[in-house]
Amino acid sequence: MAARHAGVAQGLGRRRRRADRIIRALCVLATLVACGFLVSILGLLFYRGFGALNANIFLEVTKPPGSHGGLLNAIVGSIIQTTIGTAIGTPIGLLVGTYLAEYAQGSRLGGMVRFVSDILLSAPSILIGLFVYSALVVPFGGFSGWAGCVALAIIVIPIVVRTTEDMLALLPNTLREAVIALGAPKWKMVVLVCWRAAASGILTGVLLAIARVAGETAPLLFTSLGNNGWSVDLSKPFPSLPLTIYAYAGSPYQDWIDLAWAGALLITLGVLGLNILARGVLRKKA
Amino acid sequence: MSQAPAATAATTALPAHRGSGSTADLVFEHACRAAGVLVLVLLGAIIVSLFIGGWQAFARFGAGFVTSVEWDPVQEVFGAGVSIYGTVLTAVLALLIAVPVAFGIAFYLTELAPEWLRRPVGTAIELLAAVPSIIYGMWGFFVIAPLMADPVQPFIIDTIGELPVVGALFQGPPFGTGLATAALILAIMVLPFIAAVMRDVFLTVPPVYKESAYGLGCTTWEVMKGVVLPYTRASVVGGIMLGLGRALGETMAVTFVIGNANRISTSLFGPGNTIASLVALEFGESELGSLKLSALLALGFILFVISFIVLATSRFLLRSRLKA
Repeated sequence: MAARHAGVAQGLGRRRRRADRIIRALCVLATLVACGFLVSILGLLFYRGFGALNANIFLEVTKPPGSHGGLLNAIVGSIIQTTIGTAIGTPIGLLVGTYLAEYAQGSRLGGMVRFVSDILLSAPSILIGLFVYSALVVPFGGFSGWAGCVALAIIVIPIVVRTTEDMLALLPNTLREAVIALGAPKWKMVVLVCWRAAASGILTGVLLAIARVAGETAPLLFTSLGNNGWSVDLSKPFPSLPLTIYAYAGSPYQDWIDLAWAGALLITLGVLGLNILARGVLRKKA
Repeated sequence: MSQAPAATAATTALPAHRGSGSTADLVFEHACRAAGVLVLVLLGAIIVSLFIGGWQAFARFGAGFVTSVEWDPVQEVFGAGVSIYGTVLTAVLALLIAVPVAFGIAFYLTELAPEWLRRPVGTAIELLAAVPSIIYGMWGFFVIAPLMADPVQPFIIDTIGELPVVGALFQGPPFGTGLATAALILAIMVLPFIAAVMRDVFLTVPPVYKESAYGLGCTTWEVMKGVVLPYTRASVVGGIMLGLGRALGETMAVTFVIGNANRISTSLFGPGNTIASLVALEFGESELGSLKLSALLALGFILFVISFIVLATSRFLLRSRLKA
């Protein structure tokens, strides 16, 4: 009797341990597969893009197929739009995040703003492009770099809001009480003490926002449209690297496809570099 | 002690000082609140502008716009049925693929991986989330689609495709592109988001719960199944909904691989459309003020409503985690 029980228990134990081992193995496999995707993407970009990289890409503007064009206008256009979009979106996001963390505790308006900001954070970026198209492109008579900047700024805002609020919420209240007890007005407490204490966290958010908008394509399709010539006039259709990649990758010309790969490599390295940098900034603080 | 004279000086200057301080305080507080209100206005403006833009199409086709499967720019007949079907189908399929894998990653990162490996692997997964959408499109088009065309799809067509009933889902020519490929790319794109949420919520389980289960002799998997998952169930579903929200609105990657056809195919290997890919592809060919442009904006409005509901649900389910 006892022996039979022991046998059953042993069998059960074996089965449970086997299930455990199988699941563990599947989990390791899942992680390996996911890392494999990243390696595959980077490998492909280096394989196709590295060979296509040459000085011309940084010296020549986009040209018709067969005439050894580069990506200079697209790169400069992307940098300008990303910079302006971030410059517009960051202060607004910073103020909203500050409002949520320092002024709106428990208020209904604060709850709504937090909710809406979180929705915007994950909302499809193509819809932001459609919105800016209806709100700016149509009334102001045409596609423009400014419209693209505004679309990117709208994407920046919720990212900065989230990190700013999270970082300010991490500060101990004793810090705030100490500043107020010294007789400082609240705005000085926020600007000179809280922002400074949370600076590296907020900077992380801004870097992540830059990384996000630098690779955005969909919202620019309907706003800055793209431009195949050299242009730094933001009131006209404006070139950008993701738009050029999109147009070139689907073209039938081999030299354009090569340029698309080179651009894809550049933009991915830039975006991933910014992400790693942002993590470094945050870790140094911790 | 040395502060005393300074304090006296401050006291004499106090009224003026306090006056300017409170004005600045008011200005700063109102600036912050105004920025908050701006965010609300922004969301409202997005909804209203898409609705007004789509009004022409809504007025012309009525409620039938949502269900009609016709999309004929020549006859000026537009319906959202095909693209809504494609959007929902690819997003749900993507989740079916992504959720088990994301769970595996989160389980590995929180319970199985050695300490020194957790950060680099976690970073690699997060970088997967940072890769721009258009890069996924190119990778999908040049790597995944050819792999799907040969050997994956022919193999499935010859095996599962021969079965009754379910076989219909896996038939047709192996193009490589199509709904299934789009769903696969979407799955890879939303994977890191779901995995990140799952990892974070798994870490919120109090160790003493897990330790008591281990003390009873549970295996790691049993602790996960019996303690961690029940404890975090709502947040896990919230993370999945977040992934769904992302998958619904993804544009560039899908545009590359979906095949762009305005009809519903029974086979998952057939070409199709999503709202986002249709808008991205057809926008360039729509004139200002045309019915087609209005139909595209109406599609945008529908996508916004779907995403809003999904994301709001996700946030509701994740609220306990947000408060913590």
